[in-house]
Amino acid sequence: MKTFCSVWLLLSLVELSPAPPASQEPPLACTGAPDPAPPQPETAEDMASTGDLEPTHYPARRAAQVALHYLNTHHGSPFRVFGLQQVHKASAEDVAAGGRKYKLDFSVTDWGSGSATMNKSSEEFFSNTTDVLNIAGPALRCSADVLFPRTERHSAPEVQLHCEALHQINSTAQEEDAFYQKYISPDSAVSARDIPDSFGNVSEEMQPFWRLARVAASFIMLRESSENTEFNMAKVASVTQQESSGEQLMLEFVVLLHDLPSQVTHKHTHRLWTLMDTEAVCVLTVCVCSAGDRSVEAAGVLVSRQRRQGPADRVAAQMPSRHQTPKLTL
Amino acid sequence: MGKFRYLPSFMTYFHTSLVSCSKMSCFMFNIYIYFFSLDRDQVLRIHVESEDHIQALKELEEDVDSGLDFWTHGFSTERPIDIRVPHSSLSAVKDFLKKNNVPFNVMINNVQELLDREKSEMVSNAKMERSTKSFNFAAYHDLETIYSFMDTLVASHPNLITKVHIGNSYENRPMYALKFSTGGVNRPAIWVDAGIHSREWVTQASAVWIANKIASNYGVDPSVTSLLGQMDIYLMIVTNPDGYVFTHTNNRMWRKTRSVKSGSSCRGVDPNRNWDAGFGGPGASKDPCSDSYHGPYAHSEVEVKNVVDLIMGHGNFKSFISVHSYSQLLMYPYGYTCTDIPDMSELHSVGTAAIKELTSLYNTRYQVGSICKIIYQASGGSIDWTYDIGIKYSFAFELRDTGFYGFLLPANQIIPTAEETWLGLKYIMEYFDECMFSCLLTLDLAPYLLNDENAMRQREGQMMSWWQIVQD
Repeated sequence: MKTFCSVWLLLSLVELSPAPPASQEPPLACTGAPDPAPPQPETAEDMASTGDLEPTHYPARRAAQVALHYLNTHHGSPFRVFGLQQVHKASAEDVAAGGRKYKLDFSVTDWGSGSATMNKSSEEFFSNTTDVLNIAGPALRCSADVLFPRTERHSAPEVQLHCEALHQINSTAQEEDAFYQKYISPDSAVSARDIPDSFGNVSEEMQPFWRLARVAASFIMLRESSENTEFNMAKVASVTQQESSGEQLMLEFVVLLHDLPSQVTHKHTHRLWTLMDTEAVCVLTVCVCSAGDRSVEAAGVLVSRQRRQGPADRVAAQMPSRHQTPKLTL
Repeated sequence: MGKFRYLPSFMTYFHTSLVSCSKMSCFMFNIYIYFFSLDRDQVLRIHVESEDHIQALKELEEDVDSGLDFWTHGFSTERPIDIRVPHSSLSAVKDFLKKNNVPFNVMINNVQELLDREKSEMVSNAKMERSTKSFNFAAYHDLETIYSFMDTLVASHPNLITKVHIGNSYENRPMYALKFSTGGVNRPAIWVDAGIHSREWVTQASAVWIANKIASNYGVDPSVTSLLGQMDIYLMIVTNPDGYVFTHTNNRMWRKTRSVKSGSSCRGVDPNRNWDAGFGGPGASKDPCSDSYHGPYAHSEVEVKNVVDLIMGHGNFKSFISVHSYSQLLMYPYGYTCTDIPDMSELHSVGTAAIKELTSLYNTRYQVGSICKIIYQASGGSIDWTYDIGIKYSFAFELRDTGFYGFLLPANQIIPTAEETWLGLKYIMEYFDECMFSCLLTLDLAPYLLNDENAMRQREGQMMSWWQIVQD
């Protein structure tokens, strides 16, 4: 049975400006002017966070949040999104090449799971401190190394992550397949705004889109993170299904990302393709293309997540041809 | 005689807790209370323990000249007996009781005051129950609806709550604080504000629920009643009304005020970077378009200035608590620097105990720490300013959640959030209540404070049974 395991994500615009009023139309694909990095708060007092860190303080939590974004880019889906539950231990050290490396021991919960995906074996991981009204699954213990490089221009943190029992949690392949099948039909034209709405409501139908948007946003949040940021996706401003080409489910999201230290909400637009792959290669690819009137170099990010082994060139060949793919760098 | 629905003032709390101690120390404490209470009728509660005590009370009852008003009829060892004693007879009656080794304590210090309050309270009771009961606390409301709720609440509790007009917002909307007070003149006060950042909707919604909770708990919950017997509570539900309206009409994510600054097309100043505490320092932006813009100068925002003026003019605030969302944190100063405050360990342990109470309800996980260390360095914050002017118990809450819904918390989480937050708030208020008492009177009440839980339970039991009796 075909599994929904290929998702292509094209970030057609990265706009790192404070969110304009809600009535503003989202910019066109591949136009507009991205900033290289979000505005940094003026933290004159560096918290000199090396050595053992207080797990409840922000340096450890921000690093854990970065690891979490990484986790979601690799294991998130329309039916699985992880949230940070608690940092248990953390330490940091400066590294020779310049930069700071954090070692973390933390727990995450699957925000995407409801009672349907909890089985008996997951009960042993169930923490007794989950929010009652949050639909949260069992807690997973993770360890990660997060390196924040110190470069002139901002560059993405590097993460190495290991979570216990990640493969023991229920696969969401079946739901993903059903989701894909539902929306790939030619007459499907999903279009929605404000998820959640002002009152926190998310309809049943929009839940998978909400999670998918967060997974996609995780690529951006991961890339843009530094020791001075702490990102969350505030909401999905809009989701619009694009005309599908063949077997590709194409969605355009406009999301608002909230940065806690600066309190700024950034608006991002990205496009996401899915691909049903019969060649047993499934990838989630994020491609950012940028161009515009500001003097910013074309920047591209290609991140691939492979659920199963497969040659990379097959991936490249399957990129939708009618879209401009600019020079991509890892 | 009047029927009393109110529980006695703080003095009786401590007095009750001493009943179980040795007669010698009870005796001494009684004398102290007597000197403290000045010219008022008192209600004494008698704890009958033996037939001898019953005989003594019967003697008292027969002495009509003393003008005693027995509220409880029929003496038995099974329940306490309450007597209203005219001031002129107080010393004689107390001497008599002591001579006969009859344990007693002072329940009500000033009978007349309570009688008056009770009468007017009963008139509006029915009205209150009808109107605030129909208010939907599990929903987000616009400014007009919240203001109308405030009026209803005040009308239902005219002797407990007043609406204080502290000034107007930039766009000329009135700013109201609800003042909960049982009297006195400029009593020590606790300040709680919500919604200074307009997009944090769960804070205004929780404050509405908490206002109602305080109002309905007075006279029912011993600790709230005791607290309001000696302290006032100021609760500001919508601290940034212009911003709140804007989140309804234009932009749900609006955070700041809506002030206009010449030279910029961007409006608004972050009201929690505008206080005179490390103003303009790290963690606040100079850019008028930024969500953390500190403004042209400290207290430039009229919303902030109005609160500053009230606090300074009042001069007797002992605690200042600002409620925000999201992140699930309870924080103390400083934000503008990561240097520890002198009172760090006390505030940290109060905070830790408060979140323990909060977590006990729904297992919602909170962290405690200084603003600078736990969330970010941020200058110009309200609780830094209040701490620096001497309001020691300055705290900031960040309510639910941790980022899943963030600012867009579903309405079905309002009441659980408010309920758990109330437990945390109540702890801080009670802590301060006890501390203030022992600080004021310089009696060493530490043993009794430590026995807190038992004493509280005992007193609650006594209060409840007393209330039952006077209902008859």
